[in-house]
Formats: sequence, structure tokens, C-alpha cells
Amino acid sequence: GRGQGTEGQWELMRPTKKALKQRFLKLLPCCGPQALPSVSETLAAPASLRPHRPRLLDPDSVEDEFELSTVCHRPEGLEQLQEQTKFTRKELQVLYRGFKNECPSGIVNEENFKQIYSQFFPQGDSSTYATFLFNAFDTNHDGSVSFEDFVAGLSVILRGTVDDRLNWAFNLYDLNKDGCITKEEMLDIMKSIYDMMGKYTYPALREEAPREHVENFFQKMDRNKDGVVTIEEFIESCQKDENIMRSMQLFDNVI
Amino acid sequence: MAAGLATWLPFARAAAVGWLPLAQQPLPPAPGVKTSRGDEVLVVNVSGRRFETWKNTLDRYPDTLLGSSEKEFFYDADSGEYFFDRDPDMFRHVLNFYRTGRLHCPRQECIQAFDEELAFYGLVPELVGDCCLEEYRDRKKENAERLAEDEEAEQAGDGPALPAGSSLRQRLWRAFENPHTSTAALVFYYVTGFFIAVSVIANVVETIPCRGAARRSSREQPCGERFPQAFFCMDTACVLIFTGEYLLRLFAAPSRCRFLRSVMSLIDVVAILPYYIGLLVPKNDDVSGAFVTLRVFRVFRIFKFSRHSQGLRILGYTLKSCASELGFLLFSLTMAIIIFATVMFYAEKGTNKTNFTSIPAAFWYTIVTMTTLGYGDMVPSTIAGKIFGSICSLSGVLVIALPVPVIVSNFSRIYHQNQRADKRRAQQKVRLARIRLAKSGTTNAFLQYKQNGGLEDSGSGEEQALCVRNRSAFEQQHHHLLHCLEKTTCHEFTDELTFSEALGAVSPGGRTSRSTSVSSQPMGHGSLLSSCCPRRAKRRAIRLANSTASVSRGSMQELDMLAGLRRSPAPQSRSSLNAKPHDSLDLNCDSRDFVAAIISIPTPPANTPDESQPSSPGGGSRAGSTLRNSSLGTPCLFPETVKISSL
Repeated sequence: GRGQGTEGQWELMRPTKKALKQRFLKLLPCCGPQALPSVSETLAAPASLRPHRPRLLDPDSVEDEFELSTVCHRPEGLEQLQEQTKFTRKELQVLYRGFKNECPSGIVNEENFKQIYSQFFPQGDSSTYATFLFNAFDTNHDGSVSFEDFVAGLSVILRGTVDDRLNWAFNLYDLNKDGCITKEEMLDIMKSIYDMMGKYTYPALREEAPREHVENFFQKMDRNKDGVVTIEEFIESCQKDENIMRSMQLFDNVI
Repeated sequence: MAAGLATWLPFARAAAVGWLPLAQQPLPPAPGVKTSRGDEVLVVNVSGRRFETWKNTLDRYPDTLLGSSEKEFFYDADSGEYFFDRDPDMFRHVLNFYRTGRLHCPRQECIQAFDEELAFYGLVPELVGDCCLEEYRDRKKENAERLAEDEEAEQAGDGPALPAGSSLRQRLWRAFENPHTSTAALVFYYVTGFFIAVSVIANVVETIPCRGAARRSSREQPCGERFPQAFFCMDTACVLIFTGEYLLRLFAAPSRCRFLRSVMSLIDVVAILPYYIGLLVPKNDDVSGAFVTLRVFRVFRIFKFSRHSQGLRILGYTLKSCASELGFLLFSLTMAIIIFATVMFYAEKGTNKTNFTSIPAAFWYTIVTMTTLGYGDMVPSTIAGKIFGSICSLSGVLVIALPVPVIVSNFSRIYHQNQRADKRRAQQKVRLARIRLAKSGTTNAFLQYKQNGGLEDSGSGEEQALCVRNRSAFEQQHHHLLHCLEKTTCHEFTDELTFSEALGAVSPGGRTSRSTSVSSQPMGHGSLLSSCCPRRAKRRAIRLANSTASVSRGSMQELDMLAGLRRSPAPQSRSSLNAKPHDSLDLNCDSRDFVAAIISIPTPPANTPDESQPSSPGGGSRAGSTLRNSSLGTPCLFPETVKISSL
């Protein structure tokens, strides 16, 4: 995973729910911050989060929380990004300038992501779909999208081949990343997309519209009718579909 | 947050890949928008200070000046930069808005200047960021209030300008409200004040026991009972005067219902009613007890003084505006009193012959202790009682001290507001005088130009007066414009004096001329009706030329300085900003400089040439030079220039 990788330097300190309890205990003259173990907190964090360097500061103390609340993540060099993605140097520069302007700390977390995405869809509720998107962009599952993640995703979508794009889309749909899309996953995705439409549509949205759409999808994609769609089935079916192929040129001049 | 949207749009569009495989219909083709691939750095030159920024930054907000094609109007091809002739310090904030998406309000700049810059660059004031929004709103509100007060003071001005056709009612009301407008009103004001004082003193003296001269043995009587007749007569006289005043006010009030409900009129009524009730009530013993109580209300006459004293009014207004704080004070005191009274009562219950007979009886002790009066008529004797008594007095100090600063600050704010209003009223006179001067001066420039033969063919230059020859291009064009208007309507411009003379009425222009001596000269000496009294007209015209020439030379001097025109020692006519708002507003920014020059000649009355000696226009040079010096010294007042040009 990239979390423990050598790219960038970063320290992650997350405010925890236990902080409240610690603060209360601190008020009592007997309990000091040093007496409280942070073991439980360390154990609670997922494995990928444990950084390779030891925690220098006690995250439970209020002052330290305040100081460490800003996370700073710097991407790797421009050359490396050029290698890894298919963007030119200038494009990367423009992208980074915009990104850095919006997120000075260098990363986007889920809340921000949802908020940004919702600005484009004022009528409906895009939060669910944004979550799915976030998970798709956040390839190392560390809860934040850094510039590398962002640019990598964009590179695949905007500069990749048709197969790359389809792969990416499959990855988006496969919520639990087990290699196949079940009807429930697809239903979730479908509902989230329909949610973005909002209430005022023509013709009016019916309750069973997402389900019907899922049925259609499975009918088209699921070759062997086993109730799940695998990646091969997916790519094969999409390549046969003219509409989809034609619509792929959407992404030709986005950047 | 358009900045954010623009940055994230490519991402959002890319995310549409998730809809692609699900689409049941073919997706529409993408728009072939020609986006500039490369980002270039633009140079924005604001009054010499160069700002450089990415083009993309400015493109974030396409509905502003810098973000739209409007900035192309300001593009200077020679230098390759966008030039704006505006305040560079303010531009910094504007540009930061593009960069960060938040518009901050500079603390040390005038809020109106900031607003103007925002309006120029096409930014809506609502874009001010949350961090600065509150302060921005407060300052703007303060400014607006001040300007509203200005206008109010202007309209409600106590100048002598009462419309000629005002009825008796209006004049009476005005006399009541502004006593110093006429001597009669002033006399009335003082007389009523005197009688209020007399009445109050009589009330007080009535109760003093005066020793009778002859009878030593009899008990002392208060003066009221010794000399009932005298006091009754005085009371009657006072009440008659108060009644008369009240009825007159009622008659003169523009809105009688509102007057009846106002506080002052209520006080008046309460002051005089006891007397009439006393007259009506028959003198039997049962009722006279109540009658005596009514006499207490006579003391309310002292409140009538609040019409005479502004401080009292401020105090009353303060108390009214601090009602909530006073209420809180009262409430907390009541709570504390009840608590402590209860405690003290139970603490002292066991003692014999104790003063604390009941809880209400202990109220008195609590109040006296909390306000640190400490009469000593009720004193706790048990130890518990003493402990609680000391706690009571300590807490009393705290509870009473808390709301007091709020009330004090309220009073201070209202007091300062009042002072400001007074100051502004005083400044108003000077300002109005200046405005009148400017107005009259500008009109006369054109009149003088015409009178000096500017309308005829400019055949030989030497025949024309110097003042006509050496006019700026602006003036020439402006005068031509006014001339065209004259020709269109077949009427000519004149000034007030000649107009009213032509009407046969006495000119009211003299009234305004009394305010400033400078304005009096142009007002007094205009003439354009070539038909009547040519000799008088000529004399007046020469004086006009004198005065306006000299006065205008100073202005022209400033104009030269400001507009960078060539200097000319010869008298020139002043650029005229006629009282046509649309004309002046069409002029470019240069007009501001001109108007500034005009305004800056406020009152050097001593320097203007003597009107008694008709001298040739050339003779004005002497006075003009002195005027030049003085006018250079006076500062330009730009806020007023804008206002003037819109007159």
C-alpha cells in the first residue's frame, strides 16, 4: 500500500472521541495526561494507518490536538508524477495549483469531497455517490485523497484507454472490492445516482425506477446469469454496446 | 465559491465515467469549448503598482470586471498590461478575492471608498467573507445612519426658510419646537420655564413651617395653611399658564393624536389635572383626604423642565433604552432580597424582642444592607444572623454593580450621539453656505460668458473679453451645450435676481446672500436681460465680471494645477456645473477636479474685490492674486464634490 510507502512525508493525527473523556479526566487533580495509556487508541486505528514513524506527541492532550490539526502532505516531484500519469508537465502544474488553492493542506477528506461534489448538483443529494467516488479515488484507503490519488484517477479517466476507463468504472461499482458486482451493490450505486436528480424531475421519479434500471443492467451485462457481474463480463458487454463506446469521447477534452 | 467550482469541474466531469456504463441513452457529446491550454500571467497595472496573476485566477469569477471581457477595455497594447486608474491599496483586496475566494474588508480604509472600489470591479458587497462581514455591516450601518441623520438635519433644518404659505398652525408649532426661531417663541419659552420653577418652589415652600409673628403659643403651621390665599392665587396662575400652553400646543400640533399620546403631553396633563380635580371636588372631609393625595402629583410639574433641558431628555431616553438591564437588576435584587430576608428571619427567630418579626419585615433589613445603607434600626444579634448579614451586604455590592456599566455605556453612547448631532447642525450652516456659493458661482460663469459676448462670432479675438478667450476645451463645449439648449427652448438663462426683478417681486436672493458675503456678490449683480436697464446691467455686469473673475481665477488656478492645463494670469470664467444633474453626471472624472476647485474657495470674503468700485475686469487681478493664495490653502473636499455634482 502507499500508506507506508516512501512517497511524501506525512504525520497523521486524528482527533478521537476519547479526547472528551480525557479532557474531563484531566480536570481532576489526580489524573494527568501522562497517566493515560494511548494503547486503546492505537489499537483502534486500522493497520494501514499506523505510520512508520512513532508517535511523538500524545494526541489526547488538547493543546497538541490544536497544533497538529493541520495535516500537510506534499506530493512527490513533478517528474515522478509525469511518469506515473499521462499528463504533461504544464497540465500537472495547472492541476496542482488549483488543487493546492482549494486544499492548502494537500489532502481532501471525505467531508470536503462530498461538499465539493454537492456544489455541482444543487438539486439532489449527491453525498452517497460522492462517497463511492471518494472510495474509488482513495486507492490506498487511508481516508483521504491526496494529489497523487487525484491525478492518478484523472489520468486514467481522461487519458486512459477505453479498457482503462471501464476498469475504473468497475472498480467504482464494486463497493467491497471483491472483483464482482452484486445486485445489491449495483442497486446502491443506482440509488445514489438517482438521488442526485432530486425531487423535481420529469417524468416524476418512481420508487422502483432504480431497481428496474438495475435489472436492465444485469440483463445486459450478466452473461452467465449467475447474479453477479465480473470484470470480464463487464468489459466484454460494454465493448459490444455502441452507445457506451460512442459516449467515451466525452472525456477527450475535459482538460 | 466559484474558485472551487472551476478547479473541480474537470474532476466532476471525469467522475461521470461512473454513469457511462449505466446510461440507457447515448450521452450527449461534449461541448467543444476552446479552453486555453496554457495558463498565462497577466499584468495588471493599478496606478503604477503592477500586479501579476494567472489568467485562470481572474477567470474564476466571470461576472466581474476582471473576469470578463470588460477588462479588455482597459488593455494598453503598448505596454501589454491592463491599466486601472484606481487605488492600488484597495486593489490588493480585490485581487486577493480572486485568489482565495474570500473578500476581506480593510480596517483602516473608509467603508465608502471600499464600496466604491467594489462597485467598480463588479463585486457584490455580499461577497465579503464571514470573518469581515460583521464589521463591514456595522461600519456600513453606522455610515448610513450618519448620512441619514445628515439628511434629516438638512430637511428639518431650523433655518429661516419657512415656506411663505405656512399657516398659523405651522408657525405656531415651529415656534414651540424651536424656540430660538423668533423672539416671541423665546419669550414664551422662558416664561413657561419661569412659571414651572415658581410652581415647584411654591409647592416646596408651602410645607415649610413658618413661625407666626404674634402667636407664640399656637403650634407651628406650614406656610401653606398660613397663607392659603396667596398660595392658591399662585397655583391658579401657574395652572392657567400651563393650561393655555397645553391647549396651544394641542392646536398647533400637526398630528393631534400623536401629540396626545406623547410623553410630554401626558406630563402636562398630569401636572394640571390635580388642580381641576381639586376645584370640582366639594370640600368635605371624606374626600379631602384623597384630594390631599392628589396634590402630590403637582410635583410632576418638575418634569416639564425636560422640554427645556436636553440632558434630562437624554437621561430619560437612556433609562428607556436600558429597560432590560434595569429589569434584570430589579429581578436579581428581588430574588436576593427574598432569599436573604427568609434566611435572616429564621436565623433571628429565636431571639427575644427581635425586630425581625416576619419575613416582609426582614425585607427592609435586607434592602438596607444590600445597598450598603445600614441604618441600624434592625440589627441581627445571633451569630448565624450576623454571618448571613455580612454575606448579604457583600453580595449586594456585587449584584448592584453588575448592570451599572451597561447603563453607563448606553448613556455615553446616546450622549455622544446627541453631541454629534449638535456638531453637525453647526457644520451644516457652513456647508449649506458653501453649497449655495458653488451653485450660484457655476451659474454665473455661463452668464458672464454670454454677457461678455461669447455668443457672438469669435471674429476678432481682441474684441472679446479675456475671460472668454482663455477657456478650457471643457468649458467651451459646456457653454456651447447650454447655448444650444437656450436656442432650442427660445429661453435664456438668467440668475435669480434678474428673474425676480423681471417678475416685479422683491428678490429673495438677498436672503441667501446674507449667509456669505461672497455669494452675495454674484447674486446681487447678475443681469442678463439685455432689454431692460442696460446701464444698470452693464454696471452690474462689470461687478459680476469682477467678482466671479477674481473668484474664478483662484478656481482656475486650482483647475490648472489639477488638470495640468497651461497657466494663464488672465481672468477666466469658472467652469459651470449648472444645476442639471444629468449634465454633470455625464461629464468624465475631470469634473470632479473642477468642482473641487470650486468648493475650495469657500469664504475669503475679505479678498474679493470691493463691489463698490466698478473696475474693469483687468483690475480684478489684484484681488485675484490674493485669492489665489488663499484658495490654494484650502483643502479640497471630495465627498462633497460628488454630492455637488449631483445637485
